[in-house]
Amino acid sequence: MSELLKTGVPDFSNWSCPLPLVGYPTIVMGHGGGGKLGNELVEHLFLPSFRNPALENLGDAALLDVQAGKIAMSTDSFVVQPLFFPGGNIGELAVNGTVNDLAVSGAVPRFLSASFILEEGFPLAQLAAIVGSMAKAAATAGVKIVTGDTKVVEHGHGDGCYINTAGIGVVREGIQVGPHRAQAGDVVLVSGTIGDHGMAIMSVREGLEFESQIRSDCAALNGMIGDVLNVARGAVHAMRDPTRGGLASTLNEIAQSSRVGVVIDEASLPVRTEVQSACELLGLDPVYVANEGKAVFFVAEEAADTVLALLRAHPLGREAARIGQVTAQHKGMLVARTAMGSNRVIPTQIGEQLPRIC
Amino acid sequence: MKYLTEFRNGEIAQRMAREIAAAATRPWKIMEVCGGQTHSIIKNGIDQMLPAGIEMIHGPGCPVCVTPLELIDKALAIAAQPGVIFCSFGDMLRVPGTEQDLFQVKGTGGDVRVVYSPLDAVELAANNPDREVVFFGVGFETTAPANAMSVHLAKRRGLKNFSVLVSHVLVPPAIEAILQSPGNRVQGFLLAGHVCSVMGYWEYPPIAEKYGVPLVVTGFEPLDLLDGIRRTVIQLEAGRHEVENAYSRVVTFEGNRAAQKLLSEVFEVSDRAWRGIGVIPKSGWKLSEAYREFDAEERFEISGIHTEESALCRAGDVLRGAIKPAECAAFGKECTPRHPLGATMVSSEGACAAYFNYGRFLSAEELASAGSALTGAAHE
Repeated sequence: MSELLKTGVPDFSNWSCPLPLVGYPTIVMGHGGGGKLGNELVEHLFLPSFRNPALENLGDAALLDVQAGKIAMSTDSFVVQPLFFPGGNIGELAVNGTVNDLAVSGAVPRFLSASFILEEGFPLAQLAAIVGSMAKAAATAGVKIVTGDTKVVEHGHGDGCYINTAGIGVVREGIQVGPHRAQAGDVVLVSGTIGDHGMAIMSVREGLEFESQIRSDCAALNGMIGDVLNVARGAVHAMRDPTRGGLASTLNEIAQSSRVGVVIDEASLPVRTEVQSACELLGLDPVYVANEGKAVFFVAEEAADTVLALLRAHPLGREAARIGQVTAQHKGMLVARTAMGSNRVIPTQIGEQLPRIC
Repeated sequence: MKYLTEFRNGEIAQRMAREIAAAATRPWKIMEVCGGQTHSIIKNGIDQMLPAGIEMIHGPGCPVCVTPLELIDKALAIAAQPGVIFCSFGDMLRVPGTEQDLFQVKGTGGDVRVVYSPLDAVELAANNPDREVVFFGVGFETTAPANAMSVHLAKRRGLKNFSVLVSHVLVPPAIEAILQSPGNRVQGFLLAGHVCSVMGYWEYPPIAEKYGVPLVVTGFEPLDLLDGIRRTVIQLEAGRHEVENAYSRVVTFEGNRAAQKLLSEVFEVSDRAWRGIGVIPKSGWKLSEAYREFDAEERFEISGIHTEESALCRAGDVLRGAIKPAECAAFGKECTPRHPLGATMVSSEGACAAYFNYGRFLSAEELASAGSALTGAAHE
């Protein structure tokens, strides 16, 4: 069992700040006030962690060189609790989430912004650990964090730390993917096991701690998606990362946007045994549980085997699987073939899944 | 995943379905009592595998569905009070009261918390001595032991700020009420496996004898359900009416004696109103005299509740097995899981929600053809 699971408190004993932060061990209102304290945070934490020329100007906006062509832009806010969970933390999530949104749009992610809303009293050591993770995640994904902002809210008005990231990517030439482009006959592939992130969060949530080896799958997918697009190019019609709402919501969205039906074979869905067991215990269905490092691909039939092989050759796609097909029937709907050989509709959930009484 | 995956084998399921078809020479109507069974039947498409004459009628065994509207309104009123921490299982939060639900109470400042065990609520009470902690103790015999244990512990620990809003209902009186109702169509029952894991099945032979119906203790996985149906059909065809146990890996005749002893100490049998059905004599539990001080209804005097059921909703007919969800005029129109008119559309164990969620708004032909894309039809 990890330190985090044992104590519920992340272990920062091996962490060291690039430059010592002066004064307060926790966030105070002044850190967001634009004065000396705020500057210290920038100079002692954000700059050394994210260091790059565009950021170092510290202008009101970052000035970026981008070649002519199409640009993709995306934004996402992160409010996950707890902030540190098995397999990641809110910082990694904030970088990878926006990187993945750009990547599944067919773009090469380049630049991110990072805005922090911090609660008064939030420990600086935790902020530093989060920022350190963001820097590492950005380096892994090959993106630069070029602009940012920090605001502080009074104690009790926030949940420790919220992060917003926005990102810009350059759309690959000749690639046209979109949730409205799936076609009857397309094969549906998923890049690995589903439900890992959501159940990792559940396993450490207050009131529900259960011992498990489940870790979040939080990862940047742009490398793996690049490998696929470099070879399969136009044969990939739609891609999406099934985050909140899980695989079921993503497949329903694409079925509706593309006005096609999607059929999946329930027995072919890759689900870790421990995730499946935890879901059984709580009365949840893994198709609705969030992922943070998986992508779904809608691919022309003739390219399906190639794409599957490309995915499996990538470290993040080893457990990729062919899970279904697109049909011209039951437009806008997701249908599963059950292990019993019968069929059922899998609708979009209304809100979050609720653990059942018995 | 022992004891689960083995009971989801598609090939064996097909074989059992063929055995049922071979055994059935006449049409039979069988009720699965428990909402968990309804959910599994619809989710796995078990009813689609049965021969045409075997009709599954969905029973009233969904605790969320049969909890009276008045009690839900009381829960909402208590939860909205300052100083109260109101604890509930997750799926009660979306059950509509007359005007709102627990989610809305939470959104407007009520301290409503989802717990996974009533014992967590006892801990909350111990850790928050200046707050009143109330647990919404809903359910059948299955959840009763843990709820009884919470009250038992609270008493032993001398907690004065813990109470339970009790709405416990019992299966055997409900089965008798269904069998006595005029126009009853049910000829055999799948008994709720997890209720029997607590209570055993010693209560049922007199019912089988009195009404001449077969009763088969049944589990929740596809093969469990098919086995329960198979045994019921075989009995019906042979003109037998016995109590059988098709869930012996979990259920014994005596049940959990320690739990039963605790239940008889903490609770006493009382008349209970079932939402959509009405009052069934001796069909529920309330806290016994010795534990009455933990009754939230007595601690919080909530008065002036005027409940109003939707005029369109036919949840009562669904719970009695008189109609199928899709036969209600409001099904899928005015009433959806997003805007439920009655509780059967809220809980995933409710028959209406199960029908809606698993696409029973499609015709049987549409559903049957839906899977054909997987077997190559997409190439055409």
